[in-house]
Amino acid sequence: MSVEFRKDLFANERDDNLNEIGKPKIRQDIEGHVTGRTAYYDDHLFDGLLHMRCLRSPHHHARVRSVETSAAEEMAGVRRVVRPSDVPNNLNALLSIIGFGKDDEQLLAEPLVRYKGEPILAIIADTEAIARAACAAVRVDWEVMPHVLDVEEAIAPGAPSVNPAYPNNTFTYEPYDHVKLRFGDVQKGFAEADHIVEAEYEMSPIEQAPMETCGAIAAPETAERFVCHTGTQALFFSLGTTAKLLDTPSSRLHFIGGTVGGGFGGKVDSIVEPMAVLGAMLTGRPVKFQWDRPEEMQVGAPRGAERWRIKDGVMNDGRIVARQFTGFFDAGAYTRLSSYAGTKCTGHLPGPYTIPNVAANTFCVYTNRTPATAMRGFGITGVDFALECHMDRVAEAVGVDPISLRILNSYRDGDMKAHRRVAKNCALVECCQVAAGKAGWGLSADDMAASSMVGTSAERAAIPETALDQEGREGERVAGRLSTTAPAPGTRVLPAGTRGRGMEAVPVQRPDMQILSERVGHAVPDKVDEPEAAPPVAATVPSAIAPPPTPATASPPVRPAAAPPAAAPPVVPEPVGAAPLPAPPAEQSYTPDKPFSRGVKRPGVSRFLSGRRR
Amino acid sequence: MPKTPVTFNLNGAETGVFVDDAQNLLEALRRGAGDLSPKFGCGQGTCGACTVLIDGVPHLSCLTLAEAVSNRNIETTGGLAGAALHPLQKAFMEGFAAQCGFCTSGMLMAAKALLDRNPRPSREDVIEAISGNLCRCTGYEPIVDAILKAAGEMRGGYAA
Amino acid sequence: MTRVVTVSSLAEAAAAGGAILGGGTLLMRQVNDAPQEVPELVHVNDPALRILRSDGAHWHIGAGVTMTDIIASPDCAALHPVARSIGGPALRNMASVGGNLFAPHPYGDFAVALLALGAEVIWSDGRAQDIESFLRGRDTAQGAVQALRVPKVTPDRLAYRKVSRTKPKGVSVMSVAVLLETSAGTITSARVAFGAMGPTPMRAPSAEAALRGARLDVAGVAAACDACVRDLAPVDDALASAWYRAEVAPIHLRRCLLGEV
Repeated sequence: MSVEFRKDLFANERDDNLNEIGKPKIRQDIEGHVTGRTAYYDDHLFDGLLHMRCLRSPHHHARVRSVETSAAEEMAGVRRVVRPSDVPNNLNALLSIIGFGKDDEQLLAEPLVRYKGEPILAIIADTEAIARAACAAVRVDWEVMPHVLDVEEAIAPGAPSVNPAYPNNTFTYEPYDHVKLRFGDVQKGFAEADHIVEAEYEMSPIEQAPMETCGAIAAPETAERFVCHTGTQALFFSLGTTAKLLDTPSSRLHFIGGTVGGGFGGKVDSIVEPMAVLGAMLTGRPVKFQWDRPEEMQVGAPRGAERWRIKDGVMNDGRIVARQFTGFFDAGAYTRLSSYAGTKCTGHLPGPYTIPNVAANTFCVYTNRTPATAMRGFGITGVDFALECHMDRVAEAVGVDPISLRILNSYRDGDMKAHRRVAKNCALVECCQVAAGKAGWGLSADDMAASSMVGTSAERAAIPETALDQEGREGERVAGRLSTTAPAPGTRVLPAGTRGRGMEAVPVQRPDMQILSERVGHAVPDKVDEPEAAPPVAATVPSAIAPPPTPATASPPVRPAAAPPAAAPPVVPEPVGAAPLPAPPAEQSYTPDKPFSRGVKRPGVSRFLSGRRR
Repeated sequence: MPKTPVTFNLNGAETGVFVDDAQNLLEALRRGAGDLSPKFGCGQGTCGACTVLIDGVPHLSCLTLAEAVSNRNIETTGGLAGAALHPLQKAFMEGFAAQCGFCTSGMLMAAKALLDRNPRPSREDVIEAISGNLCRCTGYEPIVDAILKAAGEMRGGYAA
Repeated sequence: MTRVVTVSSLAEAAAAGGAILGGGTLLMRQVNDAPQEVPELVHVNDPALRILRSDGAHWHIGAGVTMTDIIASPDCAALHPVARSIGGPALRNMASVGGNLFAPHPYGDFAVALLALGAEVIWSDGRAQDIESFLRGRDTAQGAVQALRVPKVTPDRLAYRKVSRTKPKGVSVMSVAVLLETSAGTITSARVAFGAMGPTPMRAPSAEAALRGARLDVAGVAAACDACVRDLAPVDDALASAWYRAEVAPIHLRRCLLGEV
C-alpha cells in the first residue's frame, strides 16, 4: 500500500522542505508492539490483585426494590460488595469537568436503572471467577418500568421520562430543546426553487469495539495516594472525574495512561477508573476492573443512533438554494458526550456547500438505550452520510451528474458559511476532480477547470437577511404545544450582515483556573469567581449554538464549534449581534494561601468539583 | 483458593506456574509466568489477540485449559526475537503493520505458524492464516504485505 | 470455582459426571464467562478420541478429532470445505468434531454437514444413535460421545455453504448442507440440512420432497427452495433477524444446490 501525494495541488500554500512533515517515519512505539513489550494498562503485575465485577440491570428501565447479597458475601474469596452508598459523590456528567451540562449519571445506579446493563453494585473478589460467581448469586427484586427506545417517541407527549436532570428527554440548549441554526430564509428559498427534494436517513448505534476492552488497575501507593493504570483516551478527564466522584483531591491520584489498545472514542467515558480506585480505597488492595467483551459491546458507550431529515430546494441547473435539516442524536440514558454531538453537527451544516438559505434544528434526545459517547467524528460522520446520500438524490432529481453537482455547490475560498464564518482553504472541488479521475468518472471541461480558489462573489460572501423563530422552548414539546420538530417559519427578521457574537480565544488565565487549583489541592478564597465574573456563557449572551464556556486550554475533543448565533432568545430583543460581550474579567494572579490542603468545604458541593461552579 | 502446579517450556525455558481451578492458559502465562505479550481481547475465541503456539501450532490461549499444556512447548511473541528481531517483526515495523499494537502479538504468532510450515505463501494463504485474528485500527492490507515481505526475506536470507 | 478432573479414558469421563472438555472453544468460553455454571470440568487424555480412519463405506471420526485433522486427511476431501469454514486456523486446531455436535446457535456448522450426511453418533458405551434423534435430545443428553460414523461420500455429492456477514471469516447467518444424488441431471434423492435456522441444525423435509425428481437447475429447484422455510425455526440474534433469515434461506439453498457464486 502506498500513499500518493498530490503536491501539484495548493503548492503555493505549503512548504515541502520540512524535516519531518511529509516524510515517512517508523512509529516510535512500534518496536514495543512487535516485541510484546508495550505495556498496556493490564500489563502491570501486582501481588494480591483483586478483581472487580459489576452486577448489571437486565431491564431498560426499572426500580431496584431490594438487593439480597448475603449469598455472595458468604462465598469464599469475596472481599467486598460495593454499593451506591460507597460512592462519596455519586452523581456526575463527563462534560461537567469543563462546565457543560448538568450532572445526570451515577457511577452505581440507585434506585433506578435507565438502560440495560447499568450497574447497581460491584463485587471485589480474589479471582475474576469468584467475582463472577458472586455477582450471579446476588438476588435483585426489580420493578420493571415503561421504557422508550426511539428518539421521536421519547419527545412525544406522554413518553416515559428517562433522565431526571432532563425530564423532557431533551438536552437543554438554553432556552431551547434543540440547537437552532438560521441563515437566510429557507421558506423563501423553497418558494423560488424549481424542485424540492426531501428524504429521511438514519443510523444505528456503532460500537467502537477496540481490541483492548475498557479497564483500569488501581493500587494503594504511599502517603494515602493511589496509582491507577488505565487504558483511557482522556487521562485528565478520567483523573478529574475520579476526583469528583470519589470526593478526593486529584493530588492523591497518580494516573498512568497513554498506551491504549484501540479506542476510537470509546475510552473517554471515565467509568472504569473511578470504579478501580474506589475498589482500591475500600479494600486497601490492588484492584482490577476490566470489562469483558460482552460488557464492551453491551454497555460500552457507542456512537449513538442518529436520524436526519433533509429538505432541499434546488434550481434546474443544480444550484441548491435552500436546505432544511432536522436531526436527532440518541444520547441513550445519560448525556456523556452526546450534547456535544448536537453542537458539532450544527457547526458542520449544511455540509461543504454554499447554500444561501439554511435552517436546522438539532436535538439531543434521551432514551433508555446504552448511553452514547464519542466515536471518530461523532456528530459529523453520520450527518455527512445523510448529506452526501442526499446530494446524490438531488443530482438524480435535477438530472445533473452527481460529482458535477458537488463541484457546482462546493464552498469556494471567501464564501460565507451558514454559521457566519468565511470559508478558507477549501478543497472539495479538487477532491472531486481527483476522485473522479481515480474512479474513471468523466467530468466536463468546465468541472475539470474549476478551482476552490476562484468563484466566490459579493453575493456568496454576504450574510443574508435571516428569518428567526422562537419555537421549541424547553418543555413546550412534551406539553404537546408543538406539531413539528422541523424548523418553524420565521416570525422576525435579523438584518442582513448581522454577524452575531464573535467567539474569540479567551486568555489562558481565567477565573475558573482558580477552581482548577482547588482541584489539585489549594484552598480558594471565598470571594473570587462569583457569577458576575464568570466567563461568557450562554445564559447571559444570546447564542443559538450554546457554546460551552470552554477555556482555551480545554482538550481538543471538546472544543466548541466556532459558531455564532442565528437566532435571538427572548431576553435580548434584537439584533442579536448587538449584545455586548461581558468585559473579560480582570486577570489576577492567584497565590494559594494553604498549599496542598485537601480542598475547601462548600455545603452541598464536592470540594473537588472542577470546572464551572453551579 | 487451591492452586495446581503446571510446568511447560516457554520460549525455550522450563517454566512452572501455579494455576487456579480451570484457569485458562492466557491468564497462566500473563499472571503466572509473567509473559505479558499475549493479550486478552475477548475471552471467547473471536479476536485472536491471545494466540500462542503450542508445539508449533497456533492455539487460542484464552480457551486453552492451563493444566492441559503440561510438558508442552509454548511460544509467544515475547520470545520471538533472538539477538536480532525476527524478520516478521522487522517487516511489521517497517510496513506500519501495527497501530495500537494490541492485535500484533497474536498476528505475529499466526504469521509465524504459517511461515514455519509454508515458506512460500500466496496472498490468499496469508489472509487465511490471519483470518482468526482481528485488527481494528491498522487495517489488514499492511499486515498481509508485511507477512509476505518477511516470507521473502526469510527465503532470501538466513532461512534459504 | 470450576473443579478440574483429569482422566485417561472416555469411560472414566462419562462416569465422572462433569462437563467433558473437548477442544475448549465452547466450554472454556463458558468457564471464562460464567464459572458458576460449570462446577466440574472433565479433561480427558484418551488417544482413542483422536482416531480418524476409514471403515469401508464409513468414516470413523473420533469425538476429539479437530477441524485441522479433518483438513489434513485426504480421505475426507468432501468434509474439507466444511472444516475450513469454521473459525481461523488457531480455532480449528482446537475445535473438535464431537464438540461441534453440541455447539448452540449460531455455531455448529460441522454438525450441519453431519446431519445432511446422515451420520451416526457413537456413545461411550458403544450405543449408536442417528444424528437427527441425537440433535433433538441434545441439550438434555447424558453421557459421552466417543465418535461419529459417517457415510463416506465424494466431494461432488455434498454441497455446503456457510453464509457470514464478514469475509473471509465470520459467524453463521446460516449454513446449508445438501447430500445429493442425481441421475442424468435429475435429482433422485436429497438430504437438506440448515444451521443457525433453529435451536439445533435442522433438516428441511419439505425441500427434500420437492427436490426428488426435480431437474438440478434454477427452474427445477425453485419449488424446493421456496418450501425449505416451512421446516425451519429461525430466531433473532445479533447477526440477523429471524425474518431476514427466512427471507434469504431459499436463495442460499439455491446457490448451494447450483454452486452459484
